[in-house]
Amino acid sequence: MLSVTLTLLEGLVVTLELFGLTLLFALPLGLVISFGSMSRCAPLRRVVKTIVWVVRGTPLMLQIMVVFYGPGLMFDLPLLPRFTAAVVTFVINYACYFSEIYRGGIQGVPVGQREAGLVLGMTRSQIFFKVTLLQIIKRIVPPMGNEFITLVKDTALVRVISVYEIIWMGETYIRKGMIWPLFYTAVFYLLINGILTLLLGWFEKKMDYFR
Amino acid sequence: MAILDVQHIEKHFGATRVLEDISFQMEQGQALAIIGSSGSGKTTLLRCLNFLESPDQGKIVVNGETLFDAADPATQKEAEVRKKRLHFGLVFQSFNLFPQYTALENVTLAPELLAKERPDFRTRKREILEDIRLQGKNLLGRMGLENRADHYPHQLSGGQQQRVAIARALALKPDILCFDEPTSALDPELTGEVLKVIRELAEQKTTMIIVTHEMAFARDVADQVIFMDEGIIVERGDARQVIEHPREERTRQFLSRYAEGVEER
Repeated sequence: MLSVTLTLLEGLVVTLELFGLTLLFALPLGLVISFGSMSRCAPLRRVVKTIVWVVRGTPLMLQIMVVFYGPGLMFDLPLLPRFTAAVVTFVINYACYFSEIYRGGIQGVPVGQREAGLVLGMTRSQIFFKVTLLQIIKRIVPPMGNEFITLVKDTALVRVISVYEIIWMGETYIRKGMIWPLFYTAVFYLLINGILTLLLGWFEKKMDYFR
Repeated sequence: MAILDVQHIEKHFGATRVLEDISFQMEQGQALAIIGSSGSGKTTLLRCLNFLESPDQGKIVVNGETLFDAADPATQKEAEVRKKRLHFGLVFQSFNLFPQYTALENVTLAPELLAKERPDFRTRKREILEDIRLQGKNLLGRMGLENRADHYPHQLSGGQQQRVAIARALALKPDILCFDEPTSALDPELTGEVLKVIRELAEQKTTMIIVTHEMAFARDVADQVIFMDEGIIVERGDARQVIEHPREERTRQFLSRYAEGVEER
């Protein structure tokens, strides 16, 4: 039991690294993409919207394989390291989902807020940072929370390019005739998502002082 | 000299002409009421004065200074427009208070941000901020909200929110304070407290432009009344005269519809 736990923890580290790195890069990238999808420049907007459509419209598992095998097969380029390929795919994929959440949050703030700031002589950046930003954050916390939890579980997909995350580690025991370690991995997911749920709930409560 | 001189303002939205050849003047300390049915261009006119829309034609002159001239792009630079807006204050129909700030913070936010641009802000920071806070408290007191200063907008009634919004606009000491149907979003029993505050401001000779559907209020509080219809000024004159003895047929029709209570709101 202890040795199984230790082995699974090794996989869990990979899972958490992938989770953390994805958030680290996809959160800012998503904001950039959302600005693109709301741009006044129509060609840019169309390009960005098409990219978002493709990324959200195809399976993440397929995207992982394309990013890892694609450059070598199509252009004879050297393969990316497996873990790097996984991170790149996850960042792009999640940034697209995040961008739509940001867009909803930004467009959900009534125009009157911006206009009130304008007539009070505020600059655009003052309006963004002092007036709208907190309202946007409040709006996007619940849908973001959903994505975070989905992301924890989606990390399992990287096994298709043999990144040794926790499920992979659990599966290795099947060869030794043990199935329970694979089921046992669920406990780790539940723990992580339990902690996430608590954190998100706490943050939502923090934002509860205004409506 | 007139404090406000609006000359030949014209505004289109696409092919629709919303304002046509709007001209009027106002003197310091006067209250001007603008009446007219929905879609007559009243709100657009206020938005033009506050630079939320820019007119296609015409000039806006405040205290002899040309703030906007459609023919002169130099008057339309973004950075300067921001400063020019400060000549006007605007109270919105839907209040538009900032939900994450208390009543007092709503009032003091803009003055604090502006104070940061003052050259002596660094050295006298505490003094200046304390001063702004005090003025904010005073303004809320004048609105009858001294014990609501630390409430958030969602904890206040509509009438209270609108009074906070009036205090917020007054905090920047605008030359001309504009009201865009300030009581239209309120329950009937709450309009009184807002109208009372505006009435007091008129008594203190605050220069104001009030777009309103409250005819009796316009008659009693305003010096001048403008009646607008389909983007033009149909009639303009002394408040009592326009509302009680309109000269124009269209004004008469509009007012009689009001008297019968047929007109929405």
